[in-house]
Parts: sequence; structure tokens; C-alpha cells
Amino acid sequence: MRARVTVTLKSGVLDPQGKAIEGALRSLGVEGVASVRQGKVFDVELDTGDQARAEAALKAACERLLANTVIENYRVEIAS
Amino acid sequence: MKAAVIVFPGSNREGDVLRALRQAGAEVHTVWHAETELPAGTDLAVLPGGFSYGDYLRCGAIAGRAAVMGAVRAHAARGGLVLGICNGFQILCESGLLPGILMRNANLRFLCHRQKLRVERNDTAFTRAYAKDQVIDVCVAHGEGNYFADEETLRRIEGEGRVAFRYANAAGGIVADANVNGSLNAIAGIYSEGLNVLGMMPHPENLIDDLVGGTDGRGLFESLVRAA
Repeated sequence: MRARVTVTLKSGVLDPQGKAIEGALRSLGVEGVASVRQGKVFDVELDTGDQARAEAALKAACERLLANTVIENYRVEIAS
Repeated sequence: MKAAVIVFPGSNREGDVLRALRQAGAEVHTVWHAETELPAGTDLAVLPGGFSYGDYLRCGAIAGRAAVMGAVRAHAARGGLVLGICNGFQILCESGLLPGILMRNANLRFLCHRQKLRVERNDTAFTRAYAKDQVIDVCVAHGEGNYFADEETLRRIEGEGRVAFRYANAAGGIVADANVNGSLNAIAGIYSEGLNVLGMMPHPENLIDDLVGGTDGRGLFESLVRAA
């Protein structure tokens, strides 16, 4: 089984890297970009075919390491 | 005073903190991150600065979950002293021993210069050799030192008097210009609830010898040796 975990900054948390990217896009003349927030993507291969076990493992991975829930949210998508 | 300096892959300031502790009169041991126990009779565990695990994922994230952190957590729970400097502060936050997190500096630059700090209280094991509101000279050297916590946590830290140091100007003023990395409330260091764990971004171990520009950092190590 494969899954994709997306970790993003919570709204309200200042993202200076996102702001810098936003500024760079503006200076490149890319039009129509209102704002940018930077996040992380993890592609995870699971050694189980069991949906419930996979979900539990991914939740543990996110809560214990992949995201710092002080400032970050996470989203898990399991490929069917 | 028996101190254990924990070394992770990528730690690089262990030698300096070891020297500062020895100068103050401590017996110092180094402990590899894969150990599961601290040496018997350890009074103080120190997490030194550096770039543990290359700052992968988030600064201090991997080290904060290393085997030895179980022993550090147990030591702290017993009331044992723990000091985290720079990357050590990041590790303490990531391990949950201290609240909040250190984010990218607000100006996005790696900062490396001398800096004034104001000592917020001098009734803890870490600061007895200083005076309250004393302005001390330290060094900062970090890219991620911008202290952040949610509003409720910040209110609790402030309410319980858990701010150890703030970035200040030479007169001890807490002003925007002196808050070099954009930390909330100019926080440079915080204590745990029991005041036995201290995390701080600046490096007191850099200034312990007149030969290299000052001795304001000595007070912290002398306080610790006196406390144990």
C-alpha cells in the first residue's frame, strides 16, 4: 500500500519561507499568485494491505514524528 | 556536580560546553545518543549545540526521539537538571520537555554575532550567579531560533515566570531592534514547569575566557555547579 502525507503550517503561523517564495514569484513576473505557504510531502510505502492498520500506522507516524502539531497540520491519503 | 553531555550525530559544540563545565568545577562525561541510561549519579544532562541529523525534517526532530532522550526525560521527571543550548533547545522543544518550537529566523538569515540578554530571574539553579535584570553578553549562532508557542502556552509561560532570558539592548531594554530572530516576547530561553530544565538559543559557553572576548557566560555554569 502507498500513502501520501502532506504536512502544512497551521493558519496564523508565520511562514517566512512562503513569504520569500511569494516575493520571488512576484519578481519573476508570475501573475495571479495571491499568497504561498510552504509545506512538506512524504510518500510512504506500507508493508500491509490492511486499511485500518495502515491508517493507524500513518496516524502514529504523523503524531509522533512527521508533523509538529504545535505549528503544523497533516493530511493522509492512502492510494487505493 | 556530575554532568553528562549528550552527543548526537551532527552535534558540534560539545567540546566548548565540556570546557565551560570543567572550568566551573564539574566532573563531565560525554554520552552517545544511542545509550539508554545516563551515568549513575548524573546531576545535569546537557544537550549541546550543532546540527543533529543535519537538521533533517525539523531542527531537533530526530534527536528529540533518540534512545537517550528516554533517559533524559526520566532524569528531568526526577527533578534532575537539564540544559539545552541552541540545537539542544530545539531538541528539548521537539521532545516535548519544553513547550513551543523554534522556527526560521524572521529575517530568514543565519545569525552569528554577539548579543545582549537580560536575565529575567536569578533564583533558579541556572542563574544564581547573576543578578535579576542583569544584561549579559553572549553569542548567537542559529538559523532557526524564532521562538513560537500558541497564545495559551505563551500566556502560561509568562504567567508562571518561566522566561529565563530575553534578547535586549545594552541598557536591558526589550526593543524590536534587539529581538534579532523575531521570537515571541523576545524570548531567548525558557524553563520547564519545575524550573529544572532550561533551553536557550544563545551560547554562554562561547564567553568563558577573556582570551576570546569575555566571561559573561561563566555565571551559568558556576550557578549549576553551585546548585548540585
